[in-house]
Amino acid sequence: MISLRLYKSFKNAAVPFSLDVDYEIGDEHKNVVLFGPSGSGKSLTMQCLAGLVRPDSGHIRLGGRTLYDGQANVFVPAQRRRIGYMFQDYALFPHLTLLQNVAYSGTGLWPWRVCPAQQERAQAVLERFGIGHLARNLPSQLSGGQRQRAALARALNAGPELLLLDEPFSALDPLLRERLREELLELIAGLTIPAVIITHDPGDVDAFAGSLILYDHGHARLVPDYTELRRGFGSPGHCLRHLQEQAAAAGCPAEQAF
Amino acid sequence: MDLDGISIWSPLELSLRVAGTATLVSFVAATLMAWLLARKKGPMPALLDALCTLPLVLPPTVLGYYLILLVGRRGLLGHWLAEMGINLIFSWKGAVVAATVVVFPLIYKSARAALEQVDSHLENAARTLGASEWRVFVSVSLPLAWKGIFAGLMLAFARGMGEFGATLMIAGNIPGKTQTLALAIYDAFQAGNDVQATWLVIVTSLACVSMLMAAELLLKLKRRRR
Repeated sequence: MISLRLYKSFKNAAVPFSLDVDYEIGDEHKNVVLFGPSGSGKSLTMQCLAGLVRPDSGHIRLGGRTLYDGQANVFVPAQRRRIGYMFQDYALFPHLTLLQNVAYSGTGLWPWRVCPAQQERAQAVLERFGIGHLARNLPSQLSGGQRQRAALARALNAGPELLLLDEPFSALDPLLRERLREELLELIAGLTIPAVIITHDPGDVDAFAGSLILYDHGHARLVPDYTELRRGFGSPGHCLRHLQEQAAAAGCPAEQAF
Repeated sequence: MDLDGISIWSPLELSLRVAGTATLVSFVAATLMAWLLARKKGPMPALLDALCTLPLVLPPTVLGYYLILLVGRRGLLGHWLAEMGINLIFSWKGAVVAATVVVFPLIYKSARAALEQVDSHLENAARTLGASEWRVFVSVSLPLAWKGIFAGLMLAFARGMGEFGATLMIAGNIPGKTQTLALAIYDAFQAGNDVQATWLVIVTSLACVSMLMAAELLLKLKRRRR
């Protein structure tokens, strides 16, 4: 279960923005999709979840753990949150081989030195993701799809309790996108931990969403059961447009719309 | 004419030793400072940044004067240093202190720029993988900023070789002890010993050119290995 109440404002930025969201995601669905236009606060929410950005106030609870509580002055740093993060551009370390990348969470100050046990473990993860033969390659020598799998392998090798995927397909061309969506869906389905996925592609929503969070101008609305709702519409685009219109009709902000 | 080897070798050796030590000390201090101040905003970091850059714009004689106030026999730290048995004035270590301060901003500036250019996603990725801030710096930021920092080190070494003003103020101009190439050239020229001055100028130029070429070669080799 994820319970989120976040407030964060950037008043002095070139484009003033404030994030003000409050929702709770139950355990009935393993995957949660954050959907909305760019600049609506999806990535910022994810960075707060991961501990990379400190909110101004609110709370973040994951399962039984309090990761952040503004009033009690609790802030668990990113290092100790056990949350896996797959960045939009995958953020593989360009100076390390694939194996060193995947083993990074288990190595010391010097990431080039991987002990045999870690090496074996990282190799096994790479094999599971079908890129074991690329262990000694640098990220720059990999294709987009291979990089994505490597980034996922690296995040999972750290043993996270929650996986965050920030626009997993935005770095890929449209043809590859379709194929990789299937692939990623399969990989995520095989995991025991929940995943939160950011996207602004209705196709992704259809593929991944259990619960759906609609983002707009720093506000968020929870759609507890997207799959149920989706049955009444011909395409994901129609369904999402209907949801957005419904929210707009209820007036913005309209957390109560659903 | 005095070309018995000592008068050229000794200032060259001293210059290399002073510039090398100063670059090394400054590398550690300036890179750590750049790490602490990189991507920081606010009045305090701005002030520290200005202080770190100051030696670049102040005349070396002013720096020398400050250093004497600080580490001179009657300076702020002078007593303390004397008790520890360290005497910087009129010693080659004093020349190192002078050169360290003079080259500090060159390394600091390039290190800060290089560290700030490292993709912050990569540093964040390391954090989510459990790496402490120090480990993020050593294993991700530093290796990725290395080229920029290395360029700064080369510049610093070259500048250290040519350091004159602050060194003269704090270490003096004692042949065989604190007389670096730059000082020896001035000395020879003043004494009308033009041949000696010419030789020293040639040696200095050759040393600097070969240094810069070696640095370029090193960077190229590293690039090819990747």
